[in-house]
Amino acid sequence: MTINQVTSRALSILLISCISILGGISVANADAVSDGKKVAFDRKKGNCLTCHMIAGGSLAGNIGPPLIAMKARFPNKADLRAQIWDPTHKNPNTIMPPFGMHRILTEKEIDLVTEYILSL
Amino acid sequence: MKRLLIGAFAALLTVGATATLAGQSEDLQALRDYMQNRFPNLAFMDYANGSYALDAAKATQWESQRDFPPFLDHLDEGEKIWNTPFTNGKGFSDCFGSDPSKVRVKYPRWNAEAKKVETLEGQIVACQKANGEKPLKTKKGKIAYLSAWLASQANGQKINVIVPQNDPGAVAAYEAGRKFFYTKRGQLNMSCADCHVYNSGMQARGNLLSPVIGQVTHFPVWRGKWARATGGKDGFGTLQRRYDGCNKQVRAKPFKNQGDEYSNLEYFHQSMSNGLTIDAPDYRE
Ligand code: HEC
Ligand code: HEC
Repeated sequence: MTINQVTSRALSILLISCISILGGISVANADAVSDGKKVAFDRKKGNCLTCHMIAGGSLAGNIGPPLIAMKARFPNKADLRAQIWDPTHKNPNTIMPPFGMHRILTEKEIDLVTEYILSL
Repeated sequence: MKRLLIGAFAALLTVGATATLAGQSEDLQALRDYMQNRFPNLAFMDYANGSYALDAAKATQWESQRDFPPFLDHLDEGEKIWNTPFTNGKGFSDCFGSDPSKVRVKYPRWNAEAKKVETLEGQIVACQKANGEKPLKTKKGKIAYLSAWLASQANGQKINVIVPQNDPGAVAAYEAGRKFFYTKRGQLNMSCADCHVYNSGMQARGNLLSPVIGQVTHFPVWRGKWARATGGKDGFGTLQRRYDGCNKQVRAKPFKNQGDEYSNLEYFHQSMSNGLTIDAPDYRE
């Protein structure tokens, strides 16, 4: 094997494993998005529709801003998670409940909701 | 002047932030200014109609419900309770005076000797106890019929809750009620003001949030929701029963009915409707 052949084989292995990792992520991500949607829409859990218009949700309230184009508004996922975990950090007077800090949702559920909201 | 400026500032920005500076009349003015700014087209008297004053479609539904008041028999029963003598021969008129149209407007009020806020329902119970009668439960049922009948006798008169500014106890009770109203509580971390001041007029799912001004003119209220829970038989509830409902919504533990927290809250809360006409009882969703 020439050095070239070694490199190209290594590269292709790398490429294949990259593709499979990516594939794995996107399958897991699709699950997270649909599970997150369930948590967000459930009246006993996120109940986000009480205050936010969200595509696909009916009878939404208008207390908070519509949740659209979220990747543009939150390029950094951690910022979005922080907004859901404790919105009073940014605005102490906000009416939005502190879903993480007050344990309204579990950490796992907040991860799922974050994935879902980012997909909007 | 300084006080004036602070008052104006409070009205514009945070109605709740100047608790120790402002008194009852400053609070009232600040809230009215805030609401006037929020609902420029709403006439003052129309606040008594709650969320229906803000939504024409809801108002039409409501009007048709009001054409067939479901509570007339209950009002008759309330009148009967008023007129039924106690076993000792006395009656409610010995506690409240012989003119039933003059009762509703006296409450809530400060009792300087007992150092307590007196509410109408609290005094009904106190009257029964003083006369050796078994006291009524204070959230619903007979007490609501009696209280609603007394309120109906006062229709057309104005809410006018007075906080004697020269009585530190009264002022402290009012301030405690005010603080309760503006304090976030419960797992959902919301204050009464979050829904009924800062987000009044907004839509929380299917519910249009009513402004705090005007929330008390029609109590005890007949709620469709409460009526449904009894198969349509009895939708009546007192103001403090309604407080429970709003506290449960934010997953806060309801406070003791007719306890100091709720009665102080009622003192503040009713006084923010001063100047509005009593029109009771009435139907609400
Ligand atoms: C009771 C009302 C209420 C509920 C329930 C609520 N929110 Fe909010 N939310 C708001 C308000 C009001 C704002 C505006 C920001 C503020 O108040 O500081 C907001 C802001 C946001 C923002 C920031 C938007 C931006 O562009 O800055 C996100 C993201 C958000 N909410 C997500 C959620 C999610 C996810 C849920 C449910 C798990 C939820 N909210 C539930 C009221 C609410
Ligand atoms: C999560 C939002 C929310 C909070 C917080 C809240 N309420 Fe309400 N309240 C509502 C809704 C929704 C209604 C029914 C629609 C309406 O009339 O506003 C209501 C109705 C009422 C009514 C009946 C109004 C009428 O016209 O009959 C009263 C009185 C009231 N609330 C008082 C309070 C008080 C006092 C507090 C605090 C202890 C409080 N609310 C906290 C949402 C809330």
